[in-house]
Amino acid sequence: MGNRDAARLSLFLLLAPLVLWIGLLIILPHLGIGYLSLREKVAPRVYQFSFANYVDFMREPIYWNTLLRTAVMSVLVTVMTLVVGFPIAYYIAKVAGRRSRAALFLLCLVPLWVSDLVRAFGWIVLLRETGLISGFLQWSGLARGPVELLYNDATVVVGLVYTVVLFMIVPIVSTLDGMDNSLIEAGYNLGGSRWTVLRRIVIPYAMPGIVAGCIIVFMLTAGSYLTPILLGGKNSMWFTEQIYEQFITRYNWESGSTFGILLLAFTSFVVWAGLRLSGQSLATTVAKG
Amino acid sequence: MNVAAPQTPLLKATYRAYVALFFLYLAAPLVAACVFAFNDSTFAALPWRGFTLDWFFGDTDPKIGLFNDRRMLAGLRVSAIVGLIVALLSVAVGTTNAFLFERHHFPFKRLLYILSVIPLVIPGVILGISILVFASMLANGAEAAFGTDLDFLRPGLFLVVLGQFSFLTTITTLVIGARLRKFDIALEEAALNLGASRVRVLRTITLPFLAPAMIAAGLVAFLVSFENFNTTLMLIGSDAPLTITMYDRIAKMGSTPVLNAVSFVLILGSGTLALISILIQRDKPAESGR
Repeated sequence: MGNRDAARLSLFLLLAPLVLWIGLLIILPHLGIGYLSLREKVAPRVYQFSFANYVDFMREPIYWNTLLRTAVMSVLVTVMTLVVGFPIAYYIAKVAGRRSRAALFLLCLVPLWVSDLVRAFGWIVLLRETGLISGFLQWSGLARGPVELLYNDATVVVGLVYTVVLFMIVPIVSTLDGMDNSLIEAGYNLGGSRWTVLRRIVIPYAMPGIVAGCIIVFMLTAGSYLTPILLGGKNSMWFTEQIYEQFITRYNWESGSTFGILLLAFTSFVVWAGLRLSGQSLATTVAKG
Repeated sequence: MNVAAPQTPLLKATYRAYVALFFLYLAAPLVAACVFAFNDSTFAALPWRGFTLDWFFGDTDPKIGLFNDRRMLAGLRVSAIVGLIVALLSVAVGTTNAFLFERHHFPFKRLLYILSVIPLVIPGVILGISILVFASMLANGAEAAFGTDLDFLRPGLFLVVLGQFSFLTTITTLVIGARLRKFDIALEEAALNLGASRVRVLRTITLPFLAPAMIAAGLVAFLVSFENFNTTLMLIGSDAPLTITMYDRIAKMGSTPVLNAVSFVLILGSGTLALISILIQRDKPAESGR
């Protein structure tokens, strides 16, 4: 009897921190911004329930254009990251020798350990008007005057791919690790071309890793703040920047909360749609990775 | 022969070149950020004017080095304190969560597990504003109901700690849980059979087994906390951690080589901590594959 009580007590003691953490720092705060987004200031210190904040969002093209732009750019970055990262993941998992593969994998992780801010700053040093690349172009005679490579969309995409590519490579490497090379051999023996084997055998096998990578990359990109602002400058039009502006600059928390909820809803929707299209589930991808 | 590798020499060379190019891309901004910390010029740009350590130790006006820059040093101190507290807290809760999920069965376990993974995919800015909003609601409520001013619920380091803790606990839970899953429960049973108390078993057998994962998780938590920007930005009060101070400088003054010096120190520091956490975790080569 005493033993059972002890087990029950230990269960409660272990549950308490989890429930406090999830309840007080995740669930209630999100309900909080949900609540704030649904109230309207009608007079000083007088509020009432309304959808006014959401209506305002729909009425102001600059707001929903920014959200749309953020979404399109994030999808673009996700696709680019997959295209850039997949060959690297395949190389690490299947082509590299035993020793070099551990080294390559570690090298891949290095930028992950370095702050976002330092990485963005590094790109600034490289790409600005007085930067290294501009200097090189002038020195080699390819350009006459200083070249400003910052503050355009291409740079933002390059910087964002840089920030998130590791989150694509790691899950793909871990799924491809489990693939037996004899599957590839069988594909060739049955007369498949290199392209057919890749398309019909390797990619389907890597699918859980690809989907996990895409989800993480998309979420990180849509929620990123530093890279688009520092590399894109004043006109980067990133949605998280709007949230910051509403909260800190304009002190309009109702509208800022609304934007937060919209960003969450929107990114969740894209992730859900991606899972549906690829026939995967959240549990088999993210939780495992 | 490796059938998975490309077979023709041309294809092989192209593939190698692509991989090399990719790693150049990874290294380029980090190298660029570091190199100019040692250039004897007031701009972080070419031409190269000779090697100097002034951007670290200098104390005369145009060249105030990092270690004589009061605001940077204050930021460094704040970041270190916050990182330490967050690391300790998140490892403690991560450990209890690991035991909960690996050793116990209870209703809604799956739901709670998913909920505890979710903070990792919520954008940091949103975690920041939601905690800011909730804490302000509590503070306003307390003020209206009891007339007390709960100052710690206003933007400041307490909220920064909570904000970072809210998603770092997911990482520590996953890392420590993965290690606990590998634990052979027979070891505990043997000790219990030999007459050890539960507390003693935990202290002498289970926790020492978990220690590498706990230390590694703590290092990761410290690092990520130290480098965090998005969540922190929404929650800071008057004391700014290093990343915020550095961001203000980049945004306001363009850049001086002091920022390169900070970058160099940060890269060096995080590289060292990362290496330690990797070495600690792989006590047996078989386990390094994950």
